[in-house]
Amino acid sequence: MLTVETEAPETARQFTSVLRILESFDHDRSKLVPILQAVQEEYRYLPEEVMTFVATALDIPPARVYGVATFYSHFALEPKGKYVVRICDGTACHVKGSQDIADALVESLKLPRGKRTTPDMLFTLETVSCLGACGLAPAVVVNDEVHGQMDPERTRALIDRIRAEEAQ
Amino acid sequence: MTARLETNLEATRRDYLEAEKRFARRVVICAGTGCMANGALKVFKALHEQARERGIRLEIELDYEDERDKAGLLTRSGCQGFCQMGPLLSIEPDGILYCGVKPGDVLEIIEGVESGRPVERLLYRVPATGQVCRGHGDIPFYAQQQRTVLKACGSLDPENLREYIARGGYFAARKALTEMTDEQVCQEILEAGLRGRGGGGFPTGRKWELTRVQPKGKKYVVCNGDEGDPGAFMDRSVMEGNPHAVLEGMMICARAIGADEGYVYVRAEYPLAVARVRKAVKDAEAAGLLGDDIFGSGQSFRVHVMEGAGAFVCGEETALLASIEGRRGMPMPKPPFPAQSGLNGKPTVINNVETLASVPLILANGAAWYRGIGTEKSPGTKTFALTGHVANTGLIEVPFGATLRKIVFDVGGGVTRKDGAIDETAFKAVQIGGPSGGCLTREHLDLPMDFDGLLAMGAMVGSGGLVVMNQETCMVQVAKFFMQFTQNESCGKCVPCREGTKQMLVLLDDITEGRATEATLPLLEQLARNVKIGSLCGLGKTAPNPVLSTLKHFRDEYEAHVRRKVCPSRACKSLRTPEIDPALCKGCTLCGRRCPVGAIHGERKAPHTIDAATCIRCGACVAACKFNAISGI
Repeated sequence: MLTVETEAPETARQFTSVLRILESFDHDRSKLVPILQAVQEEYRYLPEEVMTFVATALDIPPARVYGVATFYSHFALEPKGKYVVRICDGTACHVKGSQDIADALVESLKLPRGKRTTPDMLFTLETVSCLGACGLAPAVVVNDEVHGQMDPERTRALIDRIRAEEAQ
Repeated sequence: MTARLETNLEATRRDYLEAEKRFARRVVICAGTGCMANGALKVFKALHEQARERGIRLEIELDYEDERDKAGLLTRSGCQGFCQMGPLLSIEPDGILYCGVKPGDVLEIIEGVESGRPVERLLYRVPATGQVCRGHGDIPFYAQQQRTVLKACGSLDPENLREYIARGGYFAARKALTEMTDEQVCQEILEAGLRGRGGGGFPTGRKWELTRVQPKGKKYVVCNGDEGDPGAFMDRSVMEGNPHAVLEGMMICARAIGADEGYVYVRAEYPLAVARVRKAVKDAEAAGLLGDDIFGSGQSFRVHVMEGAGAFVCGEETALLASIEGRRGMPMPKPPFPAQSGLNGKPTVINNVETLASVPLILANGAAWYRGIGTEKSPGTKTFALTGHVANTGLIEVPFGATLRKIVFDVGGGVTRKDGAIDETAFKAVQIGGPSGGCLTREHLDLPMDFDGLLAMGAMVGSGGLVVMNQETCMVQVAKFFMQFTQNESCGKCVPCREGTKQMLVLLDDITEGRATEATLPLLEQLARNVKIGSLCGLGKTAPNPVLSTLKHFRDEYEAHVRRKVCPSRACKSLRTPEIDPALCKGCTLCGRRCPVGAIHGERKAPHTIDAATCIRCGACVAACKFNAISGI
C-alpha cells in the first residue's frame, strides 16, 4: 500500500490548523464529517489539497473524502463570499413568495450567469430547503442572522445596507 | 448556603423553589429562533437596563444566597410557538402576554406592572373580532391547544438544568434507572401506546423491546433531530426549548435497551438547537446525570452531539447511521433493522426528538394517563408546524383525533387570502407531512386525524408540517415543488428514485409549461406507482405521494393545464394569457414602443391589445405601463 509521509516539516507548517483539527478528533476516521466541518470553518471552503491531506492523515482514499464532501450540501468546494445569503425555499416560504425574493436577490447581487458568488467575494447566494423559521416566512438568512417576513423591497434594502457598511 | 447540584434531585428542586419564592414576578421572553430574529434579545437587554435605572430589582440570575425579596426574575424560554407575533413577553403570575414587543416598549411595560394596568396596545387582538386578549388563556391560538410536550418549552429556561429539575425533570430517568427493570420500562412505553413521531408511527415500545432482547454488549441510542421536511420545525423547537427532556428520554431508552452511548444528530440549519443541546449535555455531565454510575444504579451513559451537513436523506435511519460513521449518508436495505445491526453494526434504537421528549412524561404520569389523551390507536398529542395561508402561523400541539377544521379555523384562526385578509371561502387544501405526505381537502375537514386515519385518507402524519393553501395556490405547482425537492435530495443510490423522480419532474414541468399531451397524466401516474414500489428507502417510496394525492383530489386542475392549457389559479406563468384591460388602458402607446417583438397594437388614445401568439412574456410592457392595465404576464 502506498503510504505518504504526513509529518514532513514543510507540509506541517502549511497545514498547522488542519493538524490541530485532526488532533482534536483523535484522527478518528468515523469523525470525517465533523472534521470536514471544522476544516471548512477554518478555510470557509474545502480546498482540494486539504481534502487530500485529510485523507492521507486518516489513511483513507482521497476519493472517500471527496465523496463525502460532495454528498453533503453544506460542504463547498469553492470559496464562499464574506456574506452567505441563504434564501429559504421551504414549503411555507415558497407559498408566501420566496421566488420573488430569490429573483430580487439575483438582480440586486448582480450575480454573473451560472455563478453563486459575486466577483468581489462579498456575497454568496444559496437556496436552502427549509430553515425551520416557517413562522417568519418568507425568510432570508445572512450568515447566521435570520430575517423574517421579507419581501423583494426589504431584501434589496438589506443587501444595499450591507454593501454600504462594507464600503465604509 | 450554596446551591446543591448533584444527583440529589429533591435537594436541587427544593433549593430552586425556595430561591424562586423570593421573586414577586417572573418575566419570560421567548428566545426561540423566530423571536430572536425579531429582536427578542434586544428587548431582554433593554428591559433589564431600564429596570436597573429605575432601581427595580429585576434579576436575570436566581441568586440562591441573597435572601431579600426581589421584584422579578427575568428569564428566557424556548419557542412558545406563536412565532409570527414575536417577540413574545409574558408576565406571571399576572397572566399577561405581550406580542411584537420592541426595545422601545419596555418603559411602558414596567409602568404597566407598577400601575396594574396592562399595556393594551401590546396585547393580542383576535383578527376576526378585534377582541383584546390578556394572556395565554384567552388567546384562541393557545386556548384551543393541548400542550404536553411543548408545555415546558414556552416557560422554562432551556439553558438552566436546575430549573428543569425543579419542574420535575430527571425524576422519571431516576425512576427508570433505580426502580425499574429494563423489561418494565419497555412494557410501560408499549402500554402507553407511544408511536414514533418521525413519520412512520411505529410503536416505540416495540422498537425498544426488539433492541433490548439482542445479546448484551455495546448498544446505542440515537436521537434523530435531522428534521428536513420543508415546512416543519417541531423538533427544532423542542431541542431549542427543552433539550433536557430529550436527554432524559434518551437516558430512559438507554436503560430500557442496555445502551451506554448515545448520539443526538441535529440538522446544521438549526445552529441554536445545536448550541442548546450541546450545553444541556455539558451541564448534565457536570451534574453527574450523564457519565458513570448514574444515580448509583451502575448504569453508564454518554451522549455525543453531531451536526448534520445538509442532506435530507439523512433523516432516514440507516442513512443517518452512515453519516455518523463518517460516510456518505446513503440508506441501506432493511433488514437487518437497526435494532439488530445499527451504528457500527451494533443494536441501535433511533427515535425522533418529539418521541423521546414524550418518554419522561409517560414515565412520570403513567401509561394510563397517556392513553387517556388522543385516540385508541394513536394515544397522546402531536405537535404540528402550522404555516402557509393561515392567520396564526406557528407551532401547535393537539391531541390525536383533532379535526383539521379545529386546527385550521380554531387554532389557526382561519384561512387568509393573498392580501392577508381572513376569508372563510379561501380554503383550498392542506399539505400534511411534507414531501412524503399528501393533501387534504374540504371533504377531510371534519375527519379525526391520527396515524391510521390519515393513511386511509391517502396522506400521512409525516413529521407534522401542515401547510395551509388558499384558492390562489396551483396544486400542480405544489406537487412540482415537492418533486423538485425530492429530486434534489435523492441520494442517487437506487434507480427508481434517482431517475424516476427526475422524469416525474420533467412531466410536471411539461404540464405547467403547457407542453403536456393526453399521454402525460397516465404516464405520470404509472411512473409514480413504480417509484413508490421500486425505491429502496422511505424517501423514494413516499416521493410520489404529493403527486398522487393532488391527482386524486384535483384531477380537474391537472386536466385544465393539459387540455385547455389554462391554470385555474392563474399561478402558472406560461399558461397565462396576456391581456390589456381596455377600461384601464389610456392609449399612451408606451407599452407598444417597449415591446421587443411588436406584439402590442393600438391607436394613440385608444385601448391597445396584445397578440398572445407573438408575445414572449418578457414583462417589459408591464414594467412600462403606468396604469396597471396589463395582466397575465
